Amino acid sequence: MNLEHVARIADLNARYADAIDADRLEAWPDFFLDDGRYRITTAENVAQGLPLSLIYAASRAMLRDRVRALREANVYEAQSYRHVLGAPLIANVETGGLRARTSFMVARVMRTGETMLFATGYYDDRVVLDAADGARFAEKTVILDSRQIDTLLAIPL
Amino acid sequence: MNIHTAMRQWPAEGLTRVPYWVYSDRALYDEEQERIFRGDTWTFLCMEAELPAPGSFRASNLGDMPVVVTRDANGGVHAFENRCAHRGSLLCLKERGEAREIVCVYHNWTYDLTGRLTGVAFRRGIAGKGGMPSDCKPEEHAPRQLRIALFAGLVFGTLGRNTPPLEQYLGADHVARIRRVMRAPARVIGGYSQIIPSNWKLYIENVKDSYHASLLHMFFTTFRLNRLSQKGGLVVSERGGNHISYSMTQDVAGKEYEQAGLRSANEAYALEAPDMLLKSVDEFGDGIGLQILTVFPGFVLQQIRNCLAVRRVVPRGLNKTELAWTCFGFTTDDETLAELRLRQANLIGPAGFISMEDGAAAGFVQRGVAGAPDALSLVEMGGSGTASEESRVSEAAVRGFWKDYRRHMGL
Ligand code: FES
Ligand SMILES: [Fe+2]
Repeated sequence: MNLEHVARIADLNARYADAIDADRLEAWPDFFLDDGRYRITTAENVAQGLPLSLIYAASRAMLRDRVRALREANVYEAQSYRHVLGAPLIANVETGGLRARTSFMVARVMRTGETMLFATGYYDDRVVLDAADGARFAEKTVILDSRQIDTLLAIPL
Repeated sequence: MNIHTAMRQWPAEGLTRVPYWVYSDRALYDEEQERIFRGDTWTFLCMEAELPAPGSFRASNLGDMPVVVTRDANGGVHAFENRCAHRGSLLCLKERGEAREIVCVYHNWTYDLTGRLTGVAFRRGIAGKGGMPSDCKPEEHAPRQLRIALFAGLVFGTLGRNTPPLEQYLGADHVARIRRVMRAPARVIGGYSQIIPSNWKLYIENVKDSYHASLLHMFFTTFRLNRLSQKGGLVVSERGGNHISYSMTQDVAGKEYEQAGLRSANEAYALEAPDMLLKSVDEFGDGIGLQILTVFPGFVLQQIRNCLAVRRVVPRGLNKTELAWTCFGFTTDDETLAELRLRQANLIGPAGFISMEDGAAAGFVQRGVAGAPDALSLVEMGGSGTASEESRVSEAAVRGFWKDYRRHMGL
C-alpha cells in the first residue's frame, strides 16, 4: 500500500464532498478531467450488470450543464447535504490512474430542519494524480446501497 | 355504498372539484385497496423480459398486497399472493431470481411455481406423534391466484371476478399506443424506486396532468421537448381512467410562452453540451417525441424520445407511494441506440432534468392540504368534461381519473 496514494485520494474526495456540502456546485465539475465521467447508479443495477444510471455525464461540460440546470431550471425545496466519507481503499494501479473505493453516508437537511439519512454507498473512482492542475477524477461512479431514493435527487452525491 | 363512503359526499360540482379528504382518509385508503387494487382492475406487475427463463420469479404488488410473478417449466406466467397458506409469512424474500419451487422459510411449506401448495413439513408428524389431523385441508388456504394477461411483453394481473378482458379494459387507442412503443422484444436496462411523500392519487394526478408539464418543468420547455404549443394531443378513455398525452418533436414555432412571460421561457438559458444529452433518433418513424400513457389504476408507460420506461405506482401507506421505474430498450438495439437511451435517462427518474419535480410537487399538495380536508381543488382547465382533445392545456385526463375512481369506489 502506498500511503501517499491513500492520502491524496482521501484529500481529493474530502475537497470534493466539501464543495457539494458547502453549495459550491460550480466548483464540482473541476474535480474531473475534461472527458471525465460521472455516474450514479444502484448496487442492484450493478449486481445485475445493468447499465442504467440516475445521473450519467460523459464530460465536464455535461456536469456544468447539470449545475446550470440546478441553478436556473429545476425547482426543488431548499436543502443541503452532509457527506461523511470512509478511508479510500486502493483497489489497484491501472494505466490511466488509481482505482479506489470510498464509502460514504449522506444526510440531507431540508429547509424545515428535517434531517434524514439520505444515501449510503461507495464511490468507485479512477483518479489521475498528476493531471495538469493536481489530482482529478477520470471516472467517478456513485453506487447506492439502496434502490430507493426519497422524493428527488437534485444535488449530486 | 358502504357505511364509510355514505359518510362522505362528493361535491355537487362533480369532476371539476376534488375534496382533499380523498388524500388523507385512512378508511378510504383501505377501501381503495379492496375496491380498486384487489377489485375489477388490471395492475401491471412486471415486464415479461424480467422473467427470462423457466423458473424465473419476480416480486411485485397488487396495491398493498405483495405478489410473486413466476414463469413455470413450460414457459407459462403465473402470479399469486406472496403469503404462506400456513400462518401468513411472505413466501418469496427476494426481488427476483430463479427457483424450481418456492419454500416458505418459516416452517418449510413448499409450493410449485404456479402457487399450488405441494408440501407440508411433518404433515403426518414424526413416528406417529404430532402432525396435522387428516381432515385438515391446508391446500384450501393456498395464496390467492391472480388472473394473468400478457400484452406486448407486459404482464398484468387482477383478482377481480368481473375485470373485463385486458384489451377491452385498455381500449383500442391504448392497445395501439402500447404496441407502438413495444415494437420489438424488450430488454431491461435497469431500474430504481422513487419514494413519493404523498398519497398515491396525487402522483397519478400529476402524471395525468398535461397542463403542468411545461410550467413546472422548465428544462422540458426550454429545450422544446414538450411545449404545449407543439403539435400533439390528449386521449382519455371512455371510462376515464386511462389516458395518453403525446407530442411531436417538431415545434410549430409558437411563441406563446415568451409572450406570456412565464418563468419557463428563459431563452438565455442554453446548454453547453445539449447533443450529449438530447441527441435522439426517430425509432418509431412517426415523429412523436413524447408519449405518456397511463392505465388505471397505477401503470405508466413512458416514451421520451428514445428513453423508454414502465413505472408502477405502489401505495405504501396513506401518504407514501413507491414509484418503481424499470427502463428498457430492445434486444435489437445497436450500441449507438443503447448509448442514446442511457444518456437520455438523465431526463427521467428522481434525478431527471424533466421529472425530478414531480415527486416533490405531489408532496407539496399533501402538505398544503393538511388542515383542509373539506376544501376542494379546482380542476377546470379545458372545461368540465373528459373527452379527448388536441389541446394539452387541459385537465381532462385528471377529471377522467376521478370519473373512473368514483365509479369503482361508489362515491
Ligand atoms: S408460515 Fe409458511 S410454513 Fe409456516
Ligand atoms: Fe411532471
